[in-house]
Amino acid sequence: MTSPLLDIRGLSKAFGAVQACEDVTLTLERGEIHALIGPNGAGKSTFIKQVAGNLDPDSGRIWFDGRDVTALDTVARARAGLGRTFQVSSLAMEMSVLQNVVLGALGKRGRVLRFFRDVMRDAALLEVAREALNEVGLTGVAGTRVADLSHGQRRQLEVAVALTQSPKAFLMDEPMAGLGGEGSARLTRFLDGLRHRAPILLVEHDMDAVFALADRISVLVYGRIIATGTPDAIRRDPQVRAAYLGDEALT
Amino acid sequence: MRREPLLNATVFLGLLAVPLWAWAVDEPFTITLATRVAILALAGVGLNLALGLGGLVSLGHAVFFGIGGYAMGILASHAQSYSALIEWPVLIEGTKSMPVIWLVAMGASGLAALAIGALSLRTSGVYFIMITLAFGQMFYYFAIGWPAYGGEDGLSIYVRNGFPGLNTLDPIQFFAICYVILGLALWVFSRLACSAFGLALGAARQNAERVMAVGIAPYRLRLVAFTLSGVITGLAGALFADLNRFVSPVMFSWQTSGEIMVFVILGGVARLFGPVIGAVVFIFLEHMLGGLSEYWHIYLGAVLLVVVLFARGGIIGLVAGRERRHD
Amino acid sequence: MSLILFIEQILNGVQFGVMLFLMAAGLTLIFGVMGLINLAHGSLYMIGAFAAASVAGLTGSFGLALIASLAAAAAAGALIELTVIRRLYDRDHLDQVLATFALILIFSEGTRWAFGSFPLFLEIPPYLSGPVTLPGGIEYPLYRLAIIGVGLLVAAGLFALIARTRIGIQIRAGESDREMIAALGINISALYTTVFALGAALAGLAGALIGAIQSVQVGMGEPVLILAFVVIVIGGIGSIKGALVGALLVGLTDTLGRVLLPAVFSQFMAPQAASSVGASLASMSIYILMAGVLVMRPSGLFGKA
Repeated sequence: MTSPLLDIRGLSKAFGAVQACEDVTLTLERGEIHALIGPNGAGKSTFIKQVAGNLDPDSGRIWFDGRDVTALDTVARARAGLGRTFQVSSLAMEMSVLQNVVLGALGKRGRVLRFFRDVMRDAALLEVAREALNEVGLTGVAGTRVADLSHGQRRQLEVAVALTQSPKAFLMDEPMAGLGGEGSARLTRFLDGLRHRAPILLVEHDMDAVFALADRISVLVYGRIIATGTPDAIRRDPQVRAAYLGDEALT
Repeated sequence: MRREPLLNATVFLGLLAVPLWAWAVDEPFTITLATRVAILALAGVGLNLALGLGGLVSLGHAVFFGIGGYAMGILASHAQSYSALIEWPVLIEGTKSMPVIWLVAMGASGLAALAIGALSLRTSGVYFIMITLAFGQMFYYFAIGWPAYGGEDGLSIYVRNGFPGLNTLDPIQFFAICYVILGLALWVFSRLACSAFGLALGAARQNAERVMAVGIAPYRLRLVAFTLSGVITGLAGALFADLNRFVSPVMFSWQTSGEIMVFVILGGVARLFGPVIGAVVFIFLEHMLGGLSEYWHIYLGAVLLVVVLFARGGIIGLVAGRERRHD
Repeated sequence: MSLILFIEQILNGVQFGVMLFLMAAGLTLIFGVMGLINLAHGSLYMIGAFAAASVAGLTGSFGLALIASLAAAAAAGALIELTVIRRLYDRDHLDQVLATFALILIFSEGTRWAFGSFPLFLEIPPYLSGPVTLPGGIEYPLYRLAIIGVGLLVAAGLFALIARTRIGIQIRAGESDREMIAALGINISALYTTVFALGAALAGLAGALIGAIQSVQVGMGEPVLILAFVVIVIGGIGSIKGALVGALLVGLTDTLGRVLLPAVFSQFMAPQAASSVGASLASMSIYILMAGVLVMRPSGLFGKA
């Protein structure tokens, strides 16, 4: 039996007296979408920051692809194959859409200290970049400045940049945030296919998307995971119902 | 044709045409002014690499300008006094050869930039500004306190250094050297700006988090940018010292750092020709206003204040709009 | 070196540090509350010194001179805050640097135009001149002792202001959360002008106090400004306590370095070489201190990590 791709054990983080994350254990298996849900203030952001390497946990360890990455920073974790999308679009706003995906491809390829060749004519990088834009349907706006994109297009670009990384696992922080009904339905279909390329740890508020996509769901309340299971099991779990979801959301 | 390239071409050719005209009508002072513009623009190109592309607000670039200047002053003063720079463990003698002096100037300022960058890039934002300013002051006081090379009075070099095949004492020939170097530096800058390094550096300026998330460490990029920036500004310092045949601690002062930054901003930050246009305007103002009033810095301050508060994007921004290259 | 000389130098270091504190406290407050880097703070120091020298020249009263320095610097501070600085709060640091650099040019040349290039002198008043004998038989200038006293009083006053008063609460709220002070219904622009003028007044006071031991001239402010930056880098931005500790560290390092380093080098070098090498190194000592702090704690001794 193979070990999980991402194996998070006993993660804890406190800010002063506030325990933002308490003994969180969670795994991501190959080929699955594991959704993490929880009410606002449950500690989802603190958790994701620790997984991505922005925040050091007080205790606990993170194993990724058979390697202890707890001490690695964000850059090293990205290079190890963790592809991240941000809750608030985090892009180079003054650059074009294409430049942003080329940057992603460049990060994947490495060899950044190239000083004289025009990077926007690098065929290998452009191929990766164009392919990623094509997949999310942004080819038509490749030349547009990111600052001039709509909110929905930025969300798509966020995913496209992660695709250029061809990561071993995706870490997606509310990719549906701010998308309309149609937009999130489209992204849901897209992520559904994506899981076979690399598993997704999905932090999401959009319950339709979560229950449609997730193989497993973990529920985080006050920094603790109160339940982990299939969508059906989570739907039926009395503790989850009481603590968080409320009956009407599940029907 | 877009306005910015047209403006750039006009300025670059104009910077060549004016001294050529002055040479034809025998106005050496005008040639010297144009040489000053070319050298200060070169210093600005160096800063623009860190400031414009990298977003590193360095208020300490006088360090590199000064090191370049003192590299020239120290080497040339030993050559003119026929004394060795170091006798042990290896004999190092002074030199009056410009190419050698340039290499030393670039090497020394690059090393200084690497050291200062390695320390100050551990921080960011307002800390970075204060730290670069402080290191500049350290070199300033060191130059004043170090009696071997003139201390506060500086060093005079009697004859301009030589360049193989040229008579550097002829103003137009010295101008030609500076002009060609400026052209080369602009070419290097334009290549860097569209290279893989330039893309990553620019992205790190706009959003460091994004760059890290794709597996690129901003620190290393910024350190390289800061070092290259110091190298170019150091070369400008060596040329400036040769233009004046004089170096003094003033080259290290915070005012010098401020003025180099002013060229870049007046012209347009991150624009290829920003420092060139800024240096032209600065020297022009110095001349026009300096002729009107002894206290011309008041007017310079007022102009700068107006540009910062109301004309963001500098002169190129005013002429060419805020339009940018989109691929 | 004798113990007495050593203690004297420590007092000199403390006096220097206390002056740096007056500069750094204003800078760090302005940065903490408004997020603004103000290069023109040195100009306010200079304005305080010129105001004091002029008023002392006209009236002969040192007390009036000090009041004038506070008033002139505070007024100049409020004036530039209302006309220029408040346009900069939402700008990036580069714009702040340039605009306040422009203000330096205007203030420095304006002062040169008004007062000329020759330095002015501010006399120490008779009741503060001459040495006093401290316990242990140490003779020390009364005026410098008075400076230390004033500086420590101001420090205590600032701590009390921030910990105890309404405006202090507003300042602390402003540091942690700009939107919160708006939500509390506090008039932000009035608060900002007040904080800026307060910082300016401290700088002006420092300029006047130092003006009596050094000469009063154009360009006197910027070297002190840069040292105050070193203090802030060491102490941590936004922290008054950091400014006090940093200022004393810098003051002591600089003063003791100048005395001790040449002495140390003279143990194994020729006297003349020792004094020049020692002096060169001493002029670098505070920057080396700063570099050391940067390596250990990039956000300063008392800065938020």
